[in-house]
Amino acid sequence: MADGPFKVSRRDLLVATGAGAVAGGAALVLGVWYGRRQERFTKRVPSRSQPFAPSIYLAIDGDGLVTIWLTRSEMGQGVSTALPMLIAEELEVELDAVRLEHAVANRNYGPQLTGNSAAVRKLWSPLRQAGAAAREMMIAAAAAQWGVSASECSARDGHAIHGPSGRRSPYGGLVEAAAALPVPAKPRLKPDDALRLLGRRQPRLDVPAKVDGSARFGLDVRLPGLRYATIVRCPIFGGDLAGFDAASVQGRAGVDEVFELDGGVAIVGDSTWAVLSAAEVLDARWDGDAGFDDAQLAARLERGLEAAGHVAREEGDAARWKSGRTVQAEYRTPFLAHATMEPINATAWIRDGRCEIWAPTQAPQGAQRMAMKLTGLAEPNVIVHVTLLGGGFGRRAANIEVRDAVLVAKRVKGPVQLVWSREADVQHDVYRAATAHRLEAALDSEGAPVAWRHRVASPSLMGRTDELDPLMLHGATELPYGIERVEVSWSSVASPVPLGFWRSVAHSYNAFAIECFVDELARAAQQDPVALRRKLLQSAPRHLGVLEKVAAKAGWGAPLAAGLARGVAVHGSFGSFVAMVAEVRRGERGVTVERVVAAVDCGRVVNPQIIEAQIEGGIVFGLTAALHGRIELRAGRVVQSNFHDYPMLRLADMPEVVVEILPSEEEPGGVGEIGVPPIAPAVANALASLGGEPPRELPISHG
Amino acid sequence: MPRHRFELNGQPVSVDVPDEMPLLWVLRDVLQLTGTKYGCGIMQCGACTVHLDGEPTRTCRLPVAEAAGRRVTTIEGLAGDSLHAVQRAWIAEQVPQCGYCQSGQIMSAAALLRRARRPSGAQVEAALAGHICRCGTYARIRRAVARAADALAVAPAWTDEDAGAEDG
Repeated sequence: MADGPFKVSRRDLLVATGAGAVAGGAALVLGVWYGRRQERFTKRVPSRSQPFAPSIYLAIDGDGLVTIWLTRSEMGQGVSTALPMLIAEELEVELDAVRLEHAVANRNYGPQLTGNSAAVRKLWSPLRQAGAAAREMMIAAAAAQWGVSASECSARDGHAIHGPSGRRSPYGGLVEAAAALPVPAKPRLKPDDALRLLGRRQPRLDVPAKVDGSARFGLDVRLPGLRYATIVRCPIFGGDLAGFDAASVQGRAGVDEVFELDGGVAIVGDSTWAVLSAAEVLDARWDGDAGFDDAQLAARLERGLEAAGHVAREEGDAARWKSGRTVQAEYRTPFLAHATMEPINATAWIRDGRCEIWAPTQAPQGAQRMAMKLTGLAEPNVIVHVTLLGGGFGRRAANIEVRDAVLVAKRVKGPVQLVWSREADVQHDVYRAATAHRLEAALDSEGAPVAWRHRVASPSLMGRTDELDPLMLHGATELPYGIERVEVSWSSVASPVPLGFWRSVAHSYNAFAIECFVDELARAAQQDPVALRRKLLQSAPRHLGVLEKVAAKAGWGAPLAAGLARGVAVHGSFGSFVAMVAEVRRGERGVTVERVVAAVDCGRVVNPQIIEAQIEGGIVFGLTAALHGRIELRAGRVVQSNFHDYPMLRLADMPEVVVEILPSEEEPGGVGEIGVPPIAPAVANALASLGGEPPRELPISHG
Repeated sequence: MPRHRFELNGQPVSVDVPDEMPLLWVLRDVLQLTGTKYGCGIMQCGACTVHLDGEPTRTCRLPVAEAAGRRVTTIEGLAGDSLHAVQRAWIAEQVPQCGYCQSGQIMSAAALLRRARRPSGAQVEAALAGHICRCGTYARIRRAVARAADALAVAPAWTDEDAGAEDG
């Protein structure tokens, strides 16, 4: 069996779908403290059988089995491999010898939100410390049993080892003795040159279950007596239910109950098909303001560009605007849906004073708090199990479907799985904001920009109208280019469209506008786009580093086949830095992206192969948006409904992708989102260099 | 309620469901075989692909009545005593990210490699054109299909074992 770089081994990735995440019999349990909880942690190692023990990441049982609790959700970004690597490295156990469980929602874990590309950034130290503390306790326990000094002992592969005598003791046999020892407050982390896992390519622990059908996503939760439900909602944003005819679906095979709920109509039945097909024929009437559409949106964005706005950054001498000629350009980006492959769902069961939830959620604690509010139950009686997520991209931090599931579960007996059809997903998402950008620059006599103004107009994620929503300017405020006068501002645009976090959030559109505009400046000054960036990034070494790397790797400046053009973009986000060169052709089939070279500086590396995969995936996600993505509004509602009119990049459109990871000693940066921002401007810049009007509106096919 | 009989992963099954209930939901909700996924419900994304008499088939719009008397193989039944060559290649190339679309992708890739021992790039693109992966694993899928083809080519002959249980 030729299996290439990775051995094939069957592992069980256990997710909390059934009996809950509490493992009995864990004799030694360790956690890592968060500031004021230190005392609690060091005082006593809590048992996992106490469901509300303070933050806990790992346990070792008498057989030496290591269980690791994931406090972030696995949505494809690889946390169920990266986080165990941090523990296994320090604990000195093999990665394929650990058992994983998704942690249930519990505030003693600290924040469990999966987002902001923060899992490794936040847990790099705590998980290594948790592993190291356990290792030191195992060694101390063994040393005491052997009557030797702990300094003569080490650990490897789940064993404590006494160097001089060669004696070895498996962790399982040390558990009881170790549990009686104090937890070291400052365990010693392994020196970099002793690391065996971190920084090296490791196979993902979740892959085996994802090729044989055994991986359990939210929609795969199956419970005794499970019924299925969906909610039909007003298609007009801000609208409401005017009435419905229950008889239009009552009596259909498999439909049990139909009732008004939360401004919509809930349908409960004995199969997903029964309720989704009933939803299609439900006779419901809706009230709402059907006036909002794309033309209104465009007019409001336009007005936003002219409005006074809120200043986020203003520095340098305003006189620089008088330096010479100015260049101006405007950019537009549309609303976008997430379209996670796994349709939106959550399962809830309220019984005996308890509410149990199974959800593919990025925000289990948010789900818990929401359910507490809806049910009036206390925290210990609301149990949120996290399943695997069939894609998240920010959508699954919203928990709308958890609310749906709990509301339905309050009305019916037994467990219920709440499912949104793909159509409901596309038409009732929390969308990436539509934006308009006006960029202006003044160039000196050499053609170098000496003044820069960036105005963004958009609806507000934080719902702000009278003050700055700084989220909308992420990636714009922190402009890295060395320009003397910089002005960045934002104005709020009213819109009934609900907004949410969408992979890389504001970076996705701000990088597009900024990086396209830098190329406009290069053209205006008849300079090479890489040369101009190089000149402007002298005080931004990490941006410069990825720019130089990508230029070298992509052969920037070398001749290309006829009809092909290169475009470059560089952008920093989530503590990391990415530059891309796209090789693009405009042909009869439209725009073809043939090759993308990416250079990545994400600080210390945990698992290079997951970083490569995330950059590949970020490119596909960003390219889908750049080439196709557009949510249109007509009569107050979303026009698109499914993949036939909200198309996704497919295999034939996949460019060759080359990823170069720069070695770095900096702290780990984010990885999951950083591949998205640079791809749209790199492609647009390549197209601009092919001649004609540069693309200034996304999707490119539309502009 | 009409009774529908078909062969599922080598075993005879019978279900009492409406004729028009799509096979996808019979598998997932009635038989509790959840490896086959719902993605779009309109045959656009390929997540619901199984083999029907060996042919890759979308099940989200396939009435169960049309499966009557036929052989259905799902992702759970693709492996024989060991994993199918395509599944092994998927592991070796570390294809999945979220993994949700991969059952469908694997079923189509396995069917392709039965039809074409050495599929061209265009054949791979055509066979997988109906599948969406939102995580963007396409480059790895291409490599994995090539790897599986290589593994099958060095096998002495196309055997039941290579193909998993399905042809057995």
